[in-house]
Amino acid sequence: MEPREQAFLEYVQGGGQVESGDWMPDDYRAKLIKFIEMHGNSELMGVLPEREWILRAPTLQRKLALTAKVQDEVGHAQLIYRVVEDLGKPREQCLEDLISGRAKFHNVFHYPTKTWGDVGVIAWLVDAAAIISQKALLKCSYAPYARIMKKICWEESFHILHGRDVVLTLMNGSDAQRELVQEALDRWWGPLMQFHGNPIRAEEDPMYVWRIKSQGNEDARQQFLDGYVPQIWELGLTVPDANLRKDEKTGVWHYTEPDWDELRSVVTGHGPRSQERLDFRRLARENSAWVRQTVLAEAA
Amino acid sequence: MVYEVFRQERKGQPYAHAGAIAAPDQAFAEAYAREQYGRRGESVGLWVVPRQAILEVHDFVDELERNYHRVDGYSLRDKLKEARERARTAAARDR
Ligand SMILES: [Fe+2]
Ligand SMILES: [Fe+2]
Repeated sequence: MEPREQAFLEYVQGGGQVESGDWMPDDYRAKLIKFIEMHGNSELMGVLPEREWILRAPTLQRKLALTAKVQDEVGHAQLIYRVVEDLGKPREQCLEDLISGRAKFHNVFHYPTKTWGDVGVIAWLVDAAAIISQKALLKCSYAPYARIMKKICWEESFHILHGRDVVLTLMNGSDAQRELVQEALDRWWGPLMQFHGNPIRAEEDPMYVWRIKSQGNEDARQQFLDGYVPQIWELGLTVPDANLRKDEKTGVWHYTEPDWDELRSVVTGHGPRSQERLDFRRLARENSAWVRQTVLAEAA
Repeated sequence: MVYEVFRQERKGQPYAHAGAIAAPDQAFAEAYAREQYGRRGESVGLWVVPRQAILEVHDFVDELERNYHRVDGYSLRDKLKEARERARTAAARDR
């Protein structure tokens, strides 16, 4: 590593922040683009599982709340792609890479949403898992990214509220409704446990080394378990993992090893809905092409 | 075209940078800025500025060492000590 790069590394490891116009090592820029682009892709793809339920939402209020959440997430994607754009990769290129299957998006958005119970569990627990990662990004060494995270985290807190409200309403309902939530939790628990990634040591995680992330994967998962398992249990729901327990002495949660093969296969486009969702995104892009052409032609 | 958005949270507060949006023209820029930074009532005002219109200034070199602009340009401690000393001896002499 050349001295300039070494000094940069020490600067970010000491809590220093970088602006888009500042000099930065190529490796740092490449890692930033990869990380932030995947975040943008996930926001954009993440609306598709929920979108399927807008027309089937049980009440008008729920339909509006779900639509608003979808709008929030697409807005997050727009803000995040702007950050990537300033780092040198145009948004058009990000979208091309996404629909061609070259780029990745988070594992949880490759799965089907079978019932309204899934909608509640996603908004409550998937958004909860996501907000833990995103809160840690408030301290990201790349300042423009850290700054937009404030607004994003603020909006995510509405999503968790909406999700919790959906879940609580179902849990206060009929046996069949309670069953919907339990079944959805059973379906989502595996992907949720994989969400924060394999328990690689933070010091070996290049995203942590550059202080793009401010916490290790396992820290995030522990935080999720600590914050949400008690909330799940208090509703009388069962977490589908017989080994899940908190060691009261160390404060550490123990659990069955998540299926890392499943994670790898899902994020490389082999999940149960990966191709269908990408097809839909491709179709949406083709269908809206005339709008972009018209608008850009008029502006030119 | 990229627009930088500044938002004011409450009347009387400074406009602070909120983020950037990409828009083909001013009408879209306004619509996007409203949606991104105003739809939950989190702002009472927005400034939407084309990025090219912003003049950036970064280097602040004090070539002339104009320390009288800074607090460290004034070391009152020793002078105050001396002044007090003189006042005391003068008072003693006049007695
Ligand atoms: Fe989001
Ligand atoms: Fe969200």
